[in-house]
Amino acid sequence: MKSLADLQAIRAKTLENINMRKDDNAARVVIGMATCGIAAGARPVMLAFMEEIQKRNLQHVTVSQTGCIGMCRYEPMLDVILPGQEKVTYIHVKPEMVPRIVAEHIVNGQPVEEYTIGAAKD
Amino acid sequence: MRDLSLHLLDLAQNSITAGANLVTVRMTLDDSGMLTMELEDDGKGMSPELLARVTSPFATTRTTRKVGLGIPMMKENAEKAGGNFTLESEEGKGTKLTASMDTGNIDCLPMGDLSGTMLSLMLTNPLHPDFLFEGKSPKGEGTFDTREVRTALGSDIPFNEPSVAAWLKEALDEEINSIFGGILI
Repeated sequence: MKSLADLQAIRAKTLENINMRKDDNAARVVIGMATCGIAAGARPVMLAFMEEIQKRNLQHVTVSQTGCIGMCRYEPMLDVILPGQEKVTYIHVKPEMVPRIVAEHIVNGQPVEEYTIGAAKD
Repeated sequence: MRDLSLHLLDLAQNSITAGANLVTVRMTLDDSGMLTMELEDDGKGMSPELLARVTSPFATTRTTRKVGLGIPMMKENAEKAGGNFTLESEEGKGTKLTASMDTGNIDCLPMGDLSGTMLSLMLTNPLHPDFLFEGKSPKGEGTFDTREVRTALGSDIPFNEPSVAAWLKEALDEEINSIFGGILI
């Protein structure tokens, strides 16, 4: 059973991580979670990012959401923004694609071109 | 929208946009199989004029486009599954949405990943607002209150910190499974 008492230990550990990170620029993942994004499957994608980030213990990545940007046919969509670089937009993202995006793009700095909006056929 | 939990995720966004401090989700399955979802917030509320037209797909507070489908789709899904849809709101006080469905009706939406929806809400709104979940079924009842979590964790730590997120996921899964596991999920 999970109890609220677990949170004391988590707090101590997390504060350390937050302090360590302060001077760094974080990578950002921004997921479209309006009606269109949610209907297309954005929720499992967002949860897959959280899981992958935790699995790899990445301290420099934040995941956030945004609304509808008007290209609903490409949902689920997300942007990956690395510090000092242009954002890269991924389209039709499925949870299975998330480990590759995290490993190749967020960790190694190489966008997964075939998943990006630049590779869209229509 | 494939299931009720996705509707909930979508509709709760309206409460957050309305500046709520507390978003309450009540999911109740009664003995007759009627499932009622209540979504209540203490946000800015709606004027009677907006409230009257908000169930139309052509009403939205957005400025970029003229359609808003979240509320009308929920209303349609509730009504075609032998249930009701009501929306009460008062400016400055908040809004309460109630949607019911007969789980014995063939058109009733499946529940879907309710725990995943609550977790998504907490992770994408890591510091504010708070969420209160109250679940009840013939199997049991329970609550999950992020205000309690923040008291124990410290309100300066965001919920999307990976170790906190992992704790929330397990705690939510346990709680929701103990209420609806084997019945709705």
